[in-house]
Amino acid sequence: MKIEIFIQHLINGLSLGLLYALIAVGYTMVYGILKLINFAHGEIFMMSIFFTFYAITLFGLPWWLGMAVGIVGAALLGMSVDKIAYKPLRNAPRISALITAIGVSMFLQSLAIVIFGGIPESFRNVFPEFFTKIFTIGGEVIEARGREIVVNAIRIPSITIITFVVTLITFLILWFILYRTKAGMAMRAVSMDTKAVSLMGISVNKTISMTFALGSALAAVGGILWVGKYPQVWPMIGFMPGLKAFVAAVIGGIGSVAGAIIGGILLGLIEILTVGLMPQMAGYRDAFAFILLIVLLSFKPSGIMGKKELVKV
Amino acid sequence: MKNVSVVLLVCLMLMGTLFSAEEPSEVKLASVFSMTGGASAYGRMTYQGVQLAMELFPEILGLPVKMVVMDTKSDKVEAANGVRRAIENENVLAILGNIISGNSLAGGAVAEELKTPMLSPSSTSPIVTEGKAYVNRVCFSDDFQGQAAAKLLYNLGDRTVAVFVDVEQDYAVSLANYFKRTFEGLGGTIFYEYYKTGDQDFSAQVLDAMSKNVDAFYMPGYYTEIALICSQAYDNGFYGNLATGDGAYADETIEIGGEAVEGLYLTAGYHADSPAFNENAELFLKAYAEKYPGEKPSMFAGLGFDTYLVLRDAIERAGELDREKVAKALRETKNFPGSTGFITITDEGNAEKSVVIVRIEDGQYVYDSVINP
Repeated sequence: MKIEIFIQHLINGLSLGLLYALIAVGYTMVYGILKLINFAHGEIFMMSIFFTFYAITLFGLPWWLGMAVGIVGAALLGMSVDKIAYKPLRNAPRISALITAIGVSMFLQSLAIVIFGGIPESFRNVFPEFFTKIFTIGGEVIEARGREIVVNAIRIPSITIITFVVTLITFLILWFILYRTKAGMAMRAVSMDTKAVSLMGISVNKTISMTFALGSALAAVGGILWVGKYPQVWPMIGFMPGLKAFVAAVIGGIGSVAGAIIGGILLGLIEILTVGLMPQMAGYRDAFAFILLIVLLSFKPSGIMGKKELVKV
Repeated sequence: MKNVSVVLLVCLMLMGTLFSAEEPSEVKLASVFSMTGGASAYGRMTYQGVQLAMELFPEILGLPVKMVVMDTKSDKVEAANGVRRAIENENVLAILGNIISGNSLAGGAVAEELKTPMLSPSSTSPIVTEGKAYVNRVCFSDDFQGQAAAKLLYNLGDRTVAVFVDVEQDYAVSLANYFKRTFEGLGGTIFYEYYKTGDQDFSAQVLDAMSKNVDAFYMPGYYTEIALICSQAYDNGFYGNLATGDGAYADETIEIGGEAVEGLYLTAGYHADSPAFNENAELFLKAYAEKYPGEKPSMFAGLGFDTYLVLRDAIERAGELDREKVAKALRETKNFPGSTGFITITDEGNAEKSVVIVRIEDGQYVYDSVINP
């Protein structure tokens, strides 16, 4: 394999991995604080894309306002899901909440099919041009199919750079909220001991609500960047990215934000390199992601950055 | 004693002829179509074509036609039930249908069991007619579509082609196989690139294909993935020819693909702008324009139109309302002038007919050329 091609595979892998990372951060946050695997995360991701899509195409909002609608819409949706589906089960066994999460996921998928229809909608030309620009390094320009094309170059899509910057900013904002604000302190406290926290006069429900809002907003950010790269949306769009992000979060150590980012990037790279180095195995790329999960968990059960939990007998 | 029995026998025979000589007053046919459910758009468009043909040719063998419509709800079980009800309860002479391959497989098994001729307008999967004596179709089967794509790319000067196969779709796998056989037979080379339904990232496959210096991509799949493959090929600077099958013949391909699908070739059964092949094609276009002003007929309407006409032709050639004879006559259809091209039905029940090559230009499907069998 030529070195340029290998570098291009790495860039493509990073590009995909950063998107997984962004979605995984929301996943891991909700888990870290509630110990609840929110399987509806992928569906909130999907809903936020639809919100953005209709805000821009149907209501004619400018793209940045459309994105804001998507993010705020997702946050509100996350909070309502928590109010309606998870809150009544706060003191129930954890498995009940997990099953409910799967139910919510299916419900949102079906709801989207009913409301938005099952036909994919195009996201092309919804966002401004700088989202879809491609920067090239090296190579030469040729004329083909009626346009100028740069060949043999290393290509960096602008969406990858945007995703990288957004992931970085998100990480910093999240760190600031969790470690430098009162609300963040409350969240961390809830993750340690809900009973003690409520005795201290902190509203547990409000804190959990906020966690959901924040996690869902992160799913929306990931969703918006996802359609910037893959310009179509349909009700099933959230299923696989959601599952992959879950894998990424577990690989990185579920509950750890930095771990989710590392896990996401790792997963993206492995997926692309699997296909790039073994093209005949491309049909099994998802299987490889899950094999990686199994192998890693058998050596390091708490993930790369996960805290070791002592189980007291 | 001997005489008595002879007389009795003669009487019985006379009675038999008397009963069978009872004149039929109508020709009863059934359209077992997907009128609701996932494939309802296809079913309704096809039925438009059937209705149009019935309005133009309302009689068969001088008798009025009675058309019974059964809805399969795009469901396999309902498709089988619909065919059974049409034959056993309604006692129809022949069946038009079903629309999608899965339904035709289920319905076709019943038609075969009850020895009733069936003619599908649009089920392209090769196994629909395989080993059946009563099930036929007026559309081409996928093997021919794959061959046409191979000839097309070879004639465009491409010698190395990457074939993108959706490993989860029978349709894509069989098209890819037929493409490979024909293209290698012509002296070309192919590489397979695999993916699954629902995948969204194809950058690794595109890059791998490009590193093998292929001249073209052939992507026999459905539009959801094809649009994204084209889009990522465009982003990665691939500038060779792109070709796909009729599974991508939808407006969404253009909406999602945008400038990336410009120049994409499709093998299809019909395009309204293709030159009228014959008098029936002209008749169809004129009648459609009168009934639905301002609309262009779809491939399905054309196929529905042809299904009725081919069946009518077979019944007229059979000369009487007998299922066996109609089934036999259907397979003797030779160069019938259909609105979607000349149709010859083979001994296997498949239609040998022209494939229309459609190309995307300035965000529109335009007619490119015809590939004959």
